[in-house]
Amino acid sequence: MPLSLTLALRNLFHDRLRFIATLIGIVFSVVLVLVQMGLYSGFGRMVTTMIDHAPTDFWIVSRGTNSMEDISQFDNDIRDKVLAIDGVAEAVPLVIGFSDWHLPEGGERTPVFIVGSNPETRGLQPWNVVEGAAKDLSTPGTVAVDRSYYGRLGISGMGSTAEINRHKVKVAAVTDGIRSFTTMPYVFSDLDAARTYLDLPSNKISQLLVRVKPGGDLNRVRRDIRSKLANVEVLTPREFRQRSRSFWLFSTGAGAALFAGVLLGVIVGTAILAQTLYANTKEHLPEFAALRAIGCSNRYILRVIRYQALLNAVIGLCLAGAIGAAVIYLTAKSALPIIITPLQAAGLVVLIVAMCMVSAIVAIARVVRIDPVMVLTR
Amino acid sequence: MSKTLLEAKNITKTFGRGHVQVRAVDGVSLSLAGGELTLLMGPSGSGKTTLLSILGCMLTPGKGTLSVCGNSAEKARPERLAEIRRSHIGFIFQSYHLFPTLTAAENVQLALDIRGQNSRLAAEKSQKLLEKVGLTRKGAAFPREMSGGEQQRVAIARAIVADPSIILADEPTAALDANNGRAIMDILSELARHRNSAVLVVSHDSRVMPFADRIIYIEDGVLKGDEPTARTQRTGTRQRRN
Repeated sequence: MPLSLTLALRNLFHDRLRFIATLIGIVFSVVLVLVQMGLYSGFGRMVTTMIDHAPTDFWIVSRGTNSMEDISQFDNDIRDKVLAIDGVAEAVPLVIGFSDWHLPEGGERTPVFIVGSNPETRGLQPWNVVEGAAKDLSTPGTVAVDRSYYGRLGISGMGSTAEINRHKVKVAAVTDGIRSFTTMPYVFSDLDAARTYLDLPSNKISQLLVRVKPGGDLNRVRRDIRSKLANVEVLTPREFRQRSRSFWLFSTGAGAALFAGVLLGVIVGTAILAQTLYANTKEHLPEFAALRAIGCSNRYILRVIRYQALLNAVIGLCLAGAIGAAVIYLTAKSALPIIITPLQAAGLVVLIVAMCMVSAIVAIARVVRIDPVMVLTR
Repeated sequence: MSKTLLEAKNITKTFGRGHVQVRAVDGVSLSLAGGELTLLMGPSGSGKTTLLSILGCMLTPGKGTLSVCGNSAEKARPERLAEIRRSHIGFIFQSYHLFPTLTAAENVQLALDIRGQNSRLAAEKSQKLLEKVGLTRKGAAFPREMSGGEQQRVAIARAIVADPSIILADEPTAALDANNGRAIMDILSELARHRNSAVLVVSHDSRVMPFADRIIYIEDGVLKGDEPTARTQRTGTRQRRN
């Protein structure tokens, strides 16, 4: 190991209490940044969970739709026009909207988000079904709910009954892990039943899932749909996903709050590290001055300080990484899981290393001003 | 005649301005030759430290010229001065200034590491130097585990490990008892004689006088005397200079 690295390591470990305090600061900062980044991706993924699970080439939505949860409708006859376009294999209607769920015995009302699709088509069906089956929703008055919402919906599982918008419903399928990023549970039902729960006329739909025949020209089909239909938009799943994320993250302020958290973490971490490195450098100022006196270049001393900053970063990252992994594991099945992608993990490493390097500037600014004469006066 | 390694001509250094101006060194000229231990003495505030700082290329003089082993220190920038120190001068300080987090051997090795020397060879050389200053078994000891005399020996090993031509020592015995002080002066004196180094010792301590070949007195920033000692006359080590 180079002696400059040994010196940096020993200088760090010399005052163990200070080193521990520094590590706590770094770990706090890194975990804060990691959680905010994880929430950002988790939230980004949660808001598109329905889009991600809909097998389609195009989404047809009302013009100006911001997200999947936008409840504007259009006439079902659009479906016939789409099916008439050359190359279109299927056009599956969806009905979505907000309604109230309550127990028959006058229990509390709970707002729910209805997702209606014909169980016989490849529409937006419930996934991760752990009890019953998605096709069971073709039985009138049946719904599918996620088991994580039993408590909120006041039910005990399969066969439980309740009312949605004064219509009796029975739980015929149970899913696992279909969590909403809002406080409203998703309730899956048959298309017509969904219209009933939402008080929608029978000719209205919310979205249309369009699948192109195998080998079909997606761009041409899209152009043809656009040319034939007014007041609707034709979006690829990727575009719809992007639009939903942008809306929920940036138009609602949620993204700004998460970014503010990341910024706060970086500022807190930089300040703690800068203070520690400065104090550490100041403590060893006579020795650094002696090094300068015996002819050491500033570059060598800067290398020692940079090593100290890097060591802080590496040790802090390792500890924070372990804590972060635990947080990710523990929140995996929560309403808002913390998700860190490999790219984000790499970005986090770069960010923390940069943070440590920036924090070394104060110490470096002090050390380059060392007057070696001070060793002769002490 | 021994080679002149350091030559200062008409050095003047002033601090402050206007009515608070202090002339710390005033028109000092001197030279240091190899093989000679020179003692720089004077009362507190006489300008010893300022002169040592200038001769050691840590401080630039206001007026005058300084040449170290043929290198002019005139108008040199801090990094150039550091390079001259690195190449030609070894320093020994009153407070040792060893890194408390490094062992004795590592402290010595550090002086070679800053010069970019191979770490294995540097470690070997450091160990040899520690043996030379009588610290064979102390290589793995940290400064806090050593006495003042031992720490000063480590500082001497650090100062000479890169074979500098000039050794400047600032009050090297001030913090030591008589026995340790004598041992340190023995080492410095031997360095002058056997390595043909120019050794300049700044000291208040009259106990070091018997080790000097030459004594320079400074008062109010002005050289008041520059005389060979009886030791020089006895051994004939000092040559007459201009």
